[in-house]
Amino acid sequence: MLSTLFPNVSWEDMWQATYDTLYMTIISTGATFVLGLAIGILLFLTSPHQVWANKVANFITGSLVNIFRSIPFIVLIILLIPFTKFLLGTIRGVNAALPALIVGAAPFYARMVLIALREIDKGVIEAARSMGAKTSTIIWKVLIPEALPALLSGITVTAVTLVGYTAMAGIIGAGGLGNLAFIDGFQRSREDVTLMATIFILIVVFVIQFIGDFVTTKTDKR
Amino acid sequence: MIELKDITKVYKTKNGELTAVQDVNLTINKGEIFGIIGYSGAGKSTLIRLLNGLEKPTSGTVNVNGQQISSISGSKLRLARQKISMIFQHFNLLWSRTVAENIAFPLEIAGVAKSERAKKVKELIDLVGLSGRENAYPSQLSGGQKQRVGIARALANNPEVLLCDEATSALDPETTDSILELLLDINKRLGLSIVLITHEMHVIQKICHRVAVMEAGRIVETGEVLRVFQNPQAEITKNFVMQVSGTKETKVSIEQVLANYPTGKIVKLTFIGNKTEQPIISQLIKQFDVEVNIVHGNISQTANGPYGTLIVQIDGENSNVVQALNLLKSNEIQTEVIEHA
Repeated sequence: MLSTLFPNVSWEDMWQATYDTLYMTIISTGATFVLGLAIGILLFLTSPHQVWANKVANFITGSLVNIFRSIPFIVLIILLIPFTKFLLGTIRGVNAALPALIVGAAPFYARMVLIALREIDKGVIEAARSMGAKTSTIIWKVLIPEALPALLSGITVTAVTLVGYTAMAGIIGAGGLGNLAFIDGFQRSREDVTLMATIFILIVVFVIQFIGDFVTTKTDKR
Repeated sequence: MIELKDITKVYKTKNGELTAVQDVNLTINKGEIFGIIGYSGAGKSTLIRLLNGLEKPTSGTVNVNGQQISSISGSKLRLARQKISMIFQHFNLLWSRTVAENIAFPLEIAGVAKSERAKKVKELIDLVGLSGRENAYPSQLSGGQKQRVGIARALANNPEVLLCDEATSALDPETTDSILELLLDINKRLGLSIVLITHEMHVIQKICHRVAVMEAGRIVETGEVLRVFQNPQAEITKNFVMQVSGTKETKVSIEQVLANYPTGKIVKLTFIGNKTEQPIISQLIKQFDVEVNIVHGNISQTANGPYGTLIVQIDGENSNVVQALNLLKSNEIQTEVIEHA
């Protein structure tokens, strides 16, 4: 039945592409979470009235975030080709997509981290300071736990965006479902392959959103 | 214990400089409950934050527990803060932690071992009367319960000083009283000093030993709570005292009495301590053959004992009235003859 509706779909290719998409999404989401969180916290702590309040550091970090966030992803991939080549020695394959994915998504997520941290009641940070907490304690035991639901829903949105980015990364030969839909489906006029790849991408996105929502609600004790 | 010397705090804002605290000198004794009262914007929030180094004075020195808070920083200041804890108007609990975990937080900061933490947390939960709620999250608690968690958390590292930043301002009157009683109880049991800021004279009256009145960054009046109640000097202090003595409403009734009974004298009596329990009025009537008409009466409990005001009309033969007034004065009851409302 499936093979009559989708005569051109190679299931082996489809699963391989799904695996590649998941691989790129998971690794880049993990790295984006860590990097974006670090940049977001830096942005927050260097903003006025915070413990590391510093106009210069805040301006530089903020500008870098804005620059990388403004570059269209497809252009960023091309710009990063020399960097990727230097880092991995190749620009092909799933790993080659990772630097661009992370550099593209981390600033985006850093902004969301900043918004999440700003939502924390200032009084709670003041209370921690009044108890004699070090800045590292405030980061690990106040900022991150108190902002966790927002941080998690933010990374869910970012992960979904990253699925879209992996599709674009297909053009540098990274593989994945987007690549399959483009090369195998569009360029060879096999609409059924494009459609099936789209269905697979949708399933991936739904699963990510479901897990994200579940974990977010679970951590929110407000 | 706590000593503020020539404190001035100036903030630089976009619209120029703003002096939040000016020329403040203050000494707070060990074991004392000291209240600072003022309207919002008087500088009391800034003043209390100078005591744990959350704010640094522009000039002057702050000494707490033998440490110069205004000049230390880094790990020294953090260590000092463990002995100067603070509770807040909006409680400032971590919503991501349970009651027990919130109370354990300062112990984690102080590096107390896990087993010892659990023991101490249990003790504190019993002390503030929250047994059975240790695994609840702050969102599941009432305002009064949240403040109890705040107090337990503040006591975790056995502080010498407890700073209360408008700790009851967000609570209803009944809950306010229960929290004030808890603070009074803690002060007696643990012997720690309490410094509180408020805009409610009721709070001062109920638990403070001494009070400072702040206006526009300056302390305009300081003294024993009873003394200040009995004999307020500054205009602003008189307003605060009126908040609790209810003399504002009595103005009308005094006017009425003055109009209705042009004879005799309207006298305001202020009783302190044991004097509130003496049958002074019946003594007057029996001894001097005068009529005594009660216009207004009020007794308030303060941390230093009861304090009462009584407004009466004393009528009768002139010589008798004079004698009656003399008896009152000789009884060390503050007596004030009111001629106009």
